[in-house]
Amino acid sequence: MTEIRYIAPTTLDEAVGAYAAAAGAARILAGGTDLLVQMRSGAAQPGTIIDIKKIAETTSIQETPEGGFVIGAAVSGAVLAEHPRLGQAWPGVLEAINLIGSTQVQGRASAGGNLCNGSPAGDSVPAMVAAGAVVNLQGPNGRRTMPVEAFPAGPGRTNLAPGEILVSFTLPPRPKGSGDAYLRMIPRTEMDIAVVGVGVSLTLENGTVTAARVGLGAVAPTVLLVEDAAKALIGSKLEDAALEAAAAACSAACKPINDKRGTIAYRIKVAGVLLKRAVAIAAERAGRN
Amino acid sequence: MNVINNKWIGQSTIRPDGADKVTGRASYSADTTMPGMIWGKVLRSPHAHARIVSIDTSRAEALPGVKAVVTHKDIVDFPLDKSVMLGIQDMRWMCRNVMAREKALFHGHPIAAVAAMSERIAAEACRLIEVEYEVLPHVIEIEDAIKPDAPILHDFVSFEGRPSNIAGKLEHKLGEVEAGFAAADVVIERSFTTRPVHQGYIEPHSCLVSVVDGKATIWSSSQGQFMVRAMTSLLTGIPQSDIRAIPAEIGGGFGGKTIIYLEPVATILAKKTGRPVKMVMSREEVMRATGPTSGSMSTVKIGAKKDGTIVAAQGTFYLQAGGLPGSPIRGAAGCAFAPYNIPNVLSTGFDVVSNRSKVAAYRAPGAPIGAYAVECVLDEVAEALKMDPLALRLKNAARQGTKAAHGPVYPVIGFVETIEAAMAHPHSQAPLGKHQGRGVASGFWFNAGGESSAQVNVTEDGNVVVTTGHPDIGGSRASIANITAELLGIDYKRVSVLIGDTATIGYSNLTGGSRVLFASAMVVTQSTEKVIKTLCERAAKIWKIDPEAVVWEDGEAKPAGENAGKFPGLSLAQIAAKASETGGPIGAGVQQNTQGAEGGFATHVCDVEVDVDLGIVRVLRYTSFQDVGRAVHPAYVEGQMQGGAAQGIGWALSEEYLYDKNGKVDNASFLDYRMPVCSDLPMLDAVMIEVPNPKHPQGVRGVGEVPLVPPLAAVANAVANALGKRFYSLPMSPPRVLEVLDGA
Repeated sequence: MTEIRYIAPTTLDEAVGAYAAAAGAARILAGGTDLLVQMRSGAAQPGTIIDIKKIAETTSIQETPEGGFVIGAAVSGAVLAEHPRLGQAWPGVLEAINLIGSTQVQGRASAGGNLCNGSPAGDSVPAMVAAGAVVNLQGPNGRRTMPVEAFPAGPGRTNLAPGEILVSFTLPPRPKGSGDAYLRMIPRTEMDIAVVGVGVSLTLENGTVTAARVGLGAVAPTVLLVEDAAKALIGSKLEDAALEAAAAACSAACKPINDKRGTIAYRIKVAGVLLKRAVAIAAERAGRN
Repeated sequence: MNVINNKWIGQSTIRPDGADKVTGRASYSADTTMPGMIWGKVLRSPHAHARIVSIDTSRAEALPGVKAVVTHKDIVDFPLDKSVMLGIQDMRWMCRNVMAREKALFHGHPIAAVAAMSERIAAEACRLIEVEYEVLPHVIEIEDAIKPDAPILHDFVSFEGRPSNIAGKLEHKLGEVEAGFAAADVVIERSFTTRPVHQGYIEPHSCLVSVVDGKATIWSSSQGQFMVRAMTSLLTGIPQSDIRAIPAEIGGGFGGKTIIYLEPVATILAKKTGRPVKMVMSREEVMRATGPTSGSMSTVKIGAKKDGTIVAAQGTFYLQAGGLPGSPIRGAAGCAFAPYNIPNVLSTGFDVVSNRSKVAAYRAPGAPIGAYAVECVLDEVAEALKMDPLALRLKNAARQGTKAAHGPVYPVIGFVETIEAAMAHPHSQAPLGKHQGRGVASGFWFNAGGESSAQVNVTEDGNVVVTTGHPDIGGSRASIANITAELLGIDYKRVSVLIGDTATIGYSNLTGGSRVLFASAMVVTQSTEKVIKTLCERAAKIWKIDPEAVVWEDGEAKPAGENAGKFPGLSLAQIAAKASETGGPIGAGVQQNTQGAEGGFATHVCDVEVDVDLGIVRVLRYTSFQDVGRAVHPAYVEGQMQGGAAQGIGWALSEEYLYDKNGKVDNASFLDYRMPVCSDLPMLDAVMIEVPNPKHPQGVRGVGEVPLVPPLAAVANAVANALGKRFYSLPMSPPRVLEVLDGA
């Protein structure tokens, strides 16, 4: 019988030290909503579990002087939902995180865990990509950052270096006239996994799109930043032609597989449909800000 | 008893198991533990179809902590050439389903089982069992299984003189269909497919078995403790008198728990080790290795006159049995046309084996499959005749005296009433918006009577304990309490209804076939009437008058006739207090093979909205109209109707087994096997119509199964109405809906 070691360090340095020392035999525990399921099914058999919920930096939400947010990797969806200003600035990011699992799961599940799980269908990831979020990483060689879209390496794999821990997400300040949205296609109304997920972030000035980012999930080995869709929207007044072009760019970006959750043809079509619907919601929100 | 001023019959009294279930206090079989208990685990086939060349268990047996290993050699064999039936189950197939013998017939088929000190050791030991397989080509779908060059599962099965995967055929015939079609003005013929769907009970199969001095005690969750006893006895060789099967509270069955998987295995492990053995399936094991209902391939042809009179109907229904014969072709072929008065009918069912887990009963087994095809074609007939679909059904509805193709001439039935209620209901007139549609469908289920036992005892303090032999999966305890309270004229709360185990109550057939309230109400009524007779006799003794001059009224014995008013009435409590002095304890039991269960009919109306860009179908409104005979406990009856509709909506829209190319189920979890969740459904309305069954003391008809018969077609017809396009296969999942829409 293998013994599992559980530690709950209170500082990042301690966590990084233990993680690096375990040389691949350790797993990071945030909410545990993926890890514990993997352990029960036998898919993960860690020798050491490092709980990062006792570390201030991974469990707090900070507002930057410029108006951005730094969200600890282990902050749960339920805690994020209770923040007085996050949901106003980034309603799309919040709704994406709050779609992960049931109400009970929301009390544990975090955006950090969702990203580190490496699933192309993770709900928070396309919204984070659209938001232009940057992840803050700490490892044996110190601190570094990378854009969220650079983090996943393939299904179940990330670009974390050995011994490196995801500490937090930095969301940029929000210019006036900005809004974001996340939509996913699931066959059921809840308790399901995205067949396609689309995150959109827009900034509009006098009806013209001045900035746009589009994140697309569950249609390729990793969540995608669809720059061609953003280009089609920037400079437009969201006329039908611009929307069609952006939708077509999303469909073109898809490199899906046929699997039990959806067919290639279905995913490609739905990516475009959801893009248009998400843009409409983001634009409506931008009009209110 | 069928009067509307009943005090308890017709009341939605508080269910006895409600608080236990919502607080987690209810005890299911997996909650049972014993000192010294060890764990059993099953090694399952990694192949969909393979000959078992050899099984070497020596390494597993050598693992520290392992106490015993069983294989098919430990299970009683039922040779292939002689059928031994237990109810509808053939023990030849049951013994091979519980533990593979010659062949592994599906991915997940049990090959061996281990009992060990912990679940982990048992699982590790399973990995150490060395099985040599000769892997064979497999076949999953019906259309492939019936091809001439298909891999044949069983050498002993032949059809029309050739080796075949068609293991059985059943035909119902009435009149001459060819002549009937020749006389029709409109003939429509369509082919359909449906996918196997699982019953989806929340509680996985589990059991705890202890064998002491050769006597086995089984705690398990099933739809029949007597079925557990009988099958375990047959498969282990232990006489029934040495097996005590104790029914636990049940976390859903829907027909799926009318057969057993673990009990005989755990019994043999317990016998070998001398320790109590517990076995609990995972959800994955439930999805891979327990019975869903059949997938199907059907063709239905209906011919009608211009005025809507149906003159002929023909149906051919191929149903998947799984790896061993026995699909519910009787339900499909027998119920398909049963709601209608049609002079010429030919309805044929074919039982097809393929490399899937063996099917088990699922509410009205087979009937939803038949009704799906028939009710969709009827919709097209109505369209062709420019008739309202409900009016077409009403015109052809079976009534008292109608001869059904599956045999009976109907007695008093309430089908017409369900259609008329649907026509008159506001739902049928409600306006529809863009991409919205309305569909209707009807359905029939046989219902059953059969063996039941009951004991009604008066306690010394003047209350009542009723014991029956049926696991309660749909409200039988509350309903029986209502009936007993009504007959005795006492408060419902003074009646406790318990489910006896196989040693404490007489033989009672399965909880299945929508039979339990019908049958147990009969034996409980007769038992209670005997108790009342005794109570009157005891009162007569106390009063020293002739027992014939005593009546039971309002919960009291009262002098009647010339003695009327001579003595104050004696209550149940007063008579009970003097029971010892007047002749001893008071109680009565009745055991009977009950007769007179009559069929159930329903008509459903469904509204849907289709998101035409995503292919998502959402049910907006759903109303079921059902002849329930007599709603002894209306909230439970509504629950049955709502549950059936919900399950049927899942069958129609989202549920299906997906197989990979190796014949392995690819979605063996509730995440990817998509049963509807609460938020997927609107409030499901239930309209109960009471046409009492004249052959039953309370007018009861079975209500548990017919609710699942119409929904598949009701939803399909609604989608067709919304889109102007028809779907001929289920489920109508988003990718399939878009495929059809984009195929325009």
